[in-house]
Amino acid sequence: MIQSRDSAGLRTRYLARLAGRKHFIQGDEAAALGAIYAGCSFFGGYPITPASEIAEVMARELPNTDGYYVQFEDELASISAVIGAAWAGARAMTATSGPGFSLMQENIGYACMTETPCVIVDVQRSGPSTGQATLPAQGDVMQARWGTHGDHEIIALAPSSAQECADLMIDCFNLAEEYRTPVIFLMDGEIGHLREQVVFPDPDTVTLTPRRQAAPGETVFGGQTVPPMLEFGHGGYVHVTGSTHKEDGMRDVQTQAVHDRLVRRLVAKIETARDRVARVDLDAQEGAEIGVLAYGATARPAKGAVLRARAAGRRVTFIRPVTIWPFPHRQIGAACRSLRRLIVPEMNLGQLAREVERFVTCEVVPLGKIGGVIHSSSEILAAIQEGGR
Amino acid sequence: MSLRELNDPEYFDAWAAAVAPADRPPPDPEYGTRDPLAGLLDADLTAGVDTGPAQHRLLPYLRRAILPTTFCVGCGGGTVLNAFTHAVDEMGLDPRQMVCVTGIGCSSWIPSPYFLCDTLHTTHGRAVAFANGVKIMRPDLKVIVIAGDGDLAGIGGNHLIHAARRNIDLAVFLVNNFIYGMTGGQVSPTTPFGVRTTTTPYRNVEHPFRIADVVAAAGGNYVARWTTYHPFQLMESMQHAIAKKGFSFIEIVSQCPVSYGKMTNMSDPVRILEYFRDVAIHVEAARGMSEDELEGRIVVGKLVERDRREFGAGLRELNRERREALGAELAPDAAPEAAGEGVEDR
Amino acid sequence: MIHIDEDLCKGCRICTVFCPTHVLEESTAINRLGYYVPLVKREEACHGCRLCELLCPEFAIFIKHE
Repeated sequence: MIQSRDSAGLRTRYLARLAGRKHFIQGDEAAALGAIYAGCSFFGGYPITPASEIAEVMARELPNTDGYYVQFEDELASISAVIGAAWAGARAMTATSGPGFSLMQENIGYACMTETPCVIVDVQRSGPSTGQATLPAQGDVMQARWGTHGDHEIIALAPSSAQECADLMIDCFNLAEEYRTPVIFLMDGEIGHLREQVVFPDPDTVTLTPRRQAAPGETVFGGQTVPPMLEFGHGGYVHVTGSTHKEDGMRDVQTQAVHDRLVRRLVAKIETARDRVARVDLDAQEGAEIGVLAYGATARPAKGAVLRARAAGRRVTFIRPVTIWPFPHRQIGAACRSLRRLIVPEMNLGQLAREVERFVTCEVVPLGKIGGVIHSSSEILAAIQEGGR
Repeated sequence: MSLRELNDPEYFDAWAAAVAPADRPPPDPEYGTRDPLAGLLDADLTAGVDTGPAQHRLLPYLRRAILPTTFCVGCGGGTVLNAFTHAVDEMGLDPRQMVCVTGIGCSSWIPSPYFLCDTLHTTHGRAVAFANGVKIMRPDLKVIVIAGDGDLAGIGGNHLIHAARRNIDLAVFLVNNFIYGMTGGQVSPTTPFGVRTTTTPYRNVEHPFRIADVVAAAGGNYVARWTTYHPFQLMESMQHAIAKKGFSFIEIVSQCPVSYGKMTNMSDPVRILEYFRDVAIHVEAARGMSEDELEGRIVVGKLVERDRREFGAGLRELNRERREALGAELAPDAAPEAAGEGVEDR
Repeated sequence: MIHIDEDLCKGCRICTVFCPTHVLEESTAINRLGYYVPLVKREEACHGCRLCELLCPEFAIFIKHE
């Protein structure tokens, strides 16, 4: 894999220049620089609010690290080129928002089916359709899970700060390589355009998951839960197809057992990794009967509301899922076991709330707010206080 | 028997029992569980296949065990595969240095799975888009796109013209059989005016693209059109397209005797090839003829040749400049950054 | 010498019809796939132009100069 063409340690020195000091940058820019840290060598994109800044920063930075930024004719070309580049050795990514994310769905499914590691950033904005193009929302949560057709699983992470945009991007790339899957980075317009302090690590301390190449005799599309890849140009006669295929990649759409084996393995690949991939920021209070669960931008006012409630003497548990998909139901179920009531503020009409409902026994109170305005901590505090006690 | 009788279950059962041999085996309980190609697709692909004392010298380029192709009898797709394999052999290319990128449709099955090389069989219309990513990351590999008219000129039209505009170093072979063949024969953006298809059952009221001309106008360093009736010229044109730096495009007019032929009274592949022979006119002969005079003719030959700089070269040059500047910035007394990995650029 | 691989031929008749010197004719026996394969009728008329070899959609006919 072409992780970095860095014959004179130029990339390391370049990143070291970023490290160790405070930057005051938007989430978008932090995400782009995080991707550079993660060894991203190809960005294919298309302008769209509020993700255009990611493209602009990548266009500026990638030539410095001998990566390639290409602006394509549309989002379909972008995701296609990203997948092609991945098979030719790149750590590849694209960034878009709702309308572009919708366009990319077919090929996200292709990436799932062919087990192509890549990162798709969705800086969510208010929809459906063109919606409120410049205003934030969290309305793509279910689309990230089910946007493409057919049975499949996906990994999606959601940052709540500009710092997390940088840190979690590295995790996204590593997860993509570890599980040979597309990973969705569910940012939102609020965090994407929020300027905060960001500190980048010393590049030598960043661990990148290497891409496993198939040894002679190993199959690329089966034979183990996460098979090794075999990139183009290594004499392997690799046959990559989105059609149902056997372990060696050759198409077989007629045999029921082949499809069953393939799709169940693709699903199991992520399903069995659920607990390892699960990241939940849990701030439980002993004896709390009320909890607040929030992710992404909404976690900020939610945290504020929780702190205000605690200052007023109430016990409140605060749960912030960082991994959205696969949904960390074990951790969240356990955290809610002693709760009577769980408030779930989201900038949508209750998309993650209905997932939470499946796994908890307490009352779930979705606090959906749409229209491009984030919750205030007072609104959430009022919901906490409403339940009495 | 009449269609009505055929659809009557009792009548059909009685008829089936009457015509079936008495010792017909019972239905197979394991239907759909066995892999019909088990063991056939391993590394030594000509093992156990006895082609007699003489063997077609191009067989090592192919997955012989799955031949003959699944194409219909007389399909031009097979001829395109033939010309392509001949071209690769005559050029002395190493298939391990090639990547074939295809879309969806019969024409996308030309190299996949028959031709032995790295293959990226993508989604409908997106082959050129995927190929961009492959070529940018591995400019040392020959990246070739083969797909049909519906795929590349219909749903994939935008990607096609932008790749031509970009002049990215790809060879794109658009196999034009004037129809969406795999799905049974629907009208395509290249179906001639007035023709009957399954979705123009009366007549086609749209005018078609002259897709090679569209691509020539969009850009690209080499644009040509040939038909499957001209396999030698086609083969040479393919060699030129693959060798040429920059975007190369060949529109290959091809026969589809089943999906196109069934509603146009051209079910015999021989008849369609004779048609190509009769209406083809070389671009030199067509020079000076008006659009009306060329109506219904297929203009073959090289339409355009340019020597513009290839897209990837521009990207790599940008990276070299940036890294030199960065190298100087970060360590003014250090040696200048070595040039990028061995790719010859103009 | 003209070689015809019966296991690959699907009887499309393109080689037979387009041979410039009418070397081939359709046989009357079917191959194992159920198609009528071409037969070499007039070998002495073959120039080795390889048009049949290039036109064939199935790699079923080829010329080998011995």
